[in-house]
Amino acid sequence: MATITMARDRGTVQVADVRRARRRQNLTGWLFISPIVIGVVAFQFFPILVSMVASLTDWNGIAAPKFVGLRNFTSMFTDDPLFLQTFRNTVYFTLASIPLTIGIGLVLALLCARPIRGVAFFRTAYFAPYVTNVVAIGFVWFWFFQPDNGVINGLLQQVGIGGPQWVSSSSWAMPAVIMVSVWQGIGYPMIILLAGLQGLPNELFESGKLDGAGAWQRLRFITLPLLTPHFLFLLITQFISTFQVFGLIYVMTKGGPGHATSVYIYNIYQNAFSYGKVGYASAMSWVLFVVIAAVTYLQWKLQKRWVFYT
Amino acid sequence: MRLVSKTSQYVVMSLFAVVFLAPLVWMISASLRPEAKVLSVPPKFLPTDGQWDNYRQVFELIPVFLWNSVKLAGLNVVGVLIVASMAGYAFARLKFAGRDIAFLVLLGTSIIPGIAYLIPQYIVFQNIGWVDTQYPLWVPKVLTPVFATFLMRQSFLTIPQELEDAGKIDGASTFGIYWRIMLPQTKPALAAIGVFTFLESWNDLFGPLIYITSENLQTLPVALAQFQGEYFTQISLLMCGATVSVVPVIAVFLFAQRYFIQGITMTGMKG
Repeated sequence: MATITMARDRGTVQVADVRRARRRQNLTGWLFISPIVIGVVAFQFFPILVSMVASLTDWNGIAAPKFVGLRNFTSMFTDDPLFLQTFRNTVYFTLASIPLTIGIGLVLALLCARPIRGVAFFRTAYFAPYVTNVVAIGFVWFWFFQPDNGVINGLLQQVGIGGPQWVSSSSWAMPAVIMVSVWQGIGYPMIILLAGLQGLPNELFESGKLDGAGAWQRLRFITLPLLTPHFLFLLITQFISTFQVFGLIYVMTKGGPGHATSVYIYNIYQNAFSYGKVGYASAMSWVLFVVIAAVTYLQWKLQKRWVFYT
Repeated sequence: MRLVSKTSQYVVMSLFAVVFLAPLVWMISASLRPEAKVLSVPPKFLPTDGQWDNYRQVFELIPVFLWNSVKLAGLNVVGVLIVASMAGYAFARLKFAGRDIAFLVLLGTSIIPGIAYLIPQYIVFQNIGWVDTQYPLWVPKVLTPVFATFLMRQSFLTIPQELEDAGKIDGASTFGIYWRIMLPQTKPALAAIGVFTFLESWNDLFGPLIYITSENLQTLPVALAQFQGEYFTQISLLMCGATVSVVPVIAVFLFAQRYFIQGITMTGMKG
């Protein structure tokens, strides 16, 4: 009898111990992740909820918000020509800069992939603009693009070409900003594609050579298909970041001349922080989110048609 | 890949190098020129007059902006490394109820673009009196390093179990094992995250632009953009300021290039 009670006691003690240990373990785990959990709830979840509600209101951020249903969303497309124009400008910016960034990035990656002396210097040189801040380089290029005494037109003059007005011309301002954006952004695709090239299996090129494929054919039929997963990744990430361009525009043109270079985020920025249209700006943010999500989904779905997996 | 001969490859690569470096060279040389000779036709790329006094003038004007940039970068780097490594360690090495769900939810948040909560975040900070303070420039960033946590988790997962067991046998606490045994094993990941966080904070334009109105709280990039006429009355001085804002990142990049590229390829492509 006594032994049985003792055994039972020991059993209950063990169960309690295990339970206490487990509770301790849970507590420790949650303590370790508590900063990020608190942060994500307070600084992401909560604001997202606020943002969803705000997009349905007429609100200046201070006075009581007025519920307007979906009116913010409909009026963007019906009576805000600036919304449509900034949307078009953003599409223009994106469609021009992505192929240039990835295309030239590929050329540079191919050049840098060959083991030649001094390659580290070249790689660093191509990459340097990517780490510099947009204000500093925005200013440098702003002066480069000055119509009368700027560096670009100065150089063009040397070869007998009268350059355009660049940042003060409504048709040349956007190409000027795109050029700077491409110049600054090329380092990223270059590094990604370089990493891709270095990971390619050498045997394929060897057998390609044996089969009599020339350098161009090996590039076209071996290298490029093998890099398609990298191209897909770059298309997706570049679209997401390029579609939200802000810094260069703010520094180089402030959206001008007129609204020629005003892009989507710049428009949101002005609506929210200059015109006090917080509800409307929130609605614009959600439209942007939907556009980015839809294009990303589409790119993901379309990959079957062209992305090649070994 | 012998599409081109070595010589022509050098020529092409050098031409590209000129295009990529010329604006940076021009910036530095313009910062060393007397104002009257900054913009010249034909343009000049090398400094001839060495106006080092420009820098003396600029350093008298900007110490507060420089300090704000340094301080915020430091807070961001240290904070992100602590928060992300603690969470990464817990997700990789500790067993606790709700761990996997919490991890999935955190990862899920990373697909929501910053733009969706930018404005409401501003409103929230306005309501708690954080607008025109530096808190919005580091507190939310330090407390939401989702991607860094993911990378830290990956890094902690690769450490052999024996190391942890040895610590347990010696009677170390969970925190002791994390801090003294496991954390030192993840130095490459810590370095990559640190370099990234530094660059992001140092180059941030949008955050300080919308949150800070007091001049003495402003960071270097925004000070350059906003107070041009007031502080940098001449282009040569503006270019000094621009150079000062670029040189540290170039230095960090050269110094930690390996980690930076590792970070990019880690964050970028996995197979």
